[in-house]
Amino acid sequence: MRDIRLLDQMFLPGLLIGPFTQANKGLGGVCTFVGEVRYDEGVEALELTHYEPLTLPGMHALADRAFERFTLMGLLMVHRVGQMRPGEPIVCVSAAALHRRDAIDAVDFCMDHLKSAAWFWKREKRATQNGESEWHWIEPREQDHSDLARWES
Amino acid sequence: MLGKLADLAQAATIDLPLPLSKPLDWEGLKAALPSALAEALDDPRIRVAINGALLPNKAKLQAGAGDEIALLPPVSGG
Repeated sequence: MRDIRLLDQMFLPGLLIGPFTQANKGLGGVCTFVGEVRYDEGVEALELTHYEPLTLPGMHALADRAFERFTLMGLLMVHRVGQMRPGEPIVCVSAAALHRRDAIDAVDFCMDHLKSAAWFWKREKRATQNGESEWHWIEPREQDHSDLARWES
Repeated sequence: MLGKLADLAQAATIDLPLPLSKPLDWEGLKAALPSALAEALDDPRIRVAINGALLPNKAKLQAGAGDEIALLPPVSGG
């Protein structure tokens, strides 16, 4: 079971994970990661932009690599685009496998690549001192790149 | 233009006229864009795609009529 999606509306991870788990009969384990918009001081909203010809094809290519690298029965990879408020889910990756290590590592692998090597651009709407708000682009973090380097062996 | 490059351009897309007798190349592209954007583009982290295909070397860009050139700043997703 392979389910790779970009969504432009809010989603409920539980409604995806239940059917995904059911669809992989005979699995030994499922690992799921859900990323949400953090409640950071002054952050009112977050917006993710994508580039249609690259973003979803890039997620499919990442899924292909996960299936090559780990022994998986199924992989669910769902990523939001558009505007989100604190507390809303941004990303959900779930992997089903016969053995836990494949499921856990596949999710870790996909998340590290989604964070630093997938075609998304993120900006935050932050409150300013005069009571208004402004958008700020988020620069890539060094930590994301060192996380990615873990998989280069 | 994606991400902050759209802010520098003050637009998400720009239509450019083609040179009369040859394809549009990298220097021609920069000359045709707003200067704030053009100055940012030589940053090696900025990638370029034509019609959805990434260029291995953006300096060798050759674009013709109807081609879509995407200017892609460093990503920040997840």
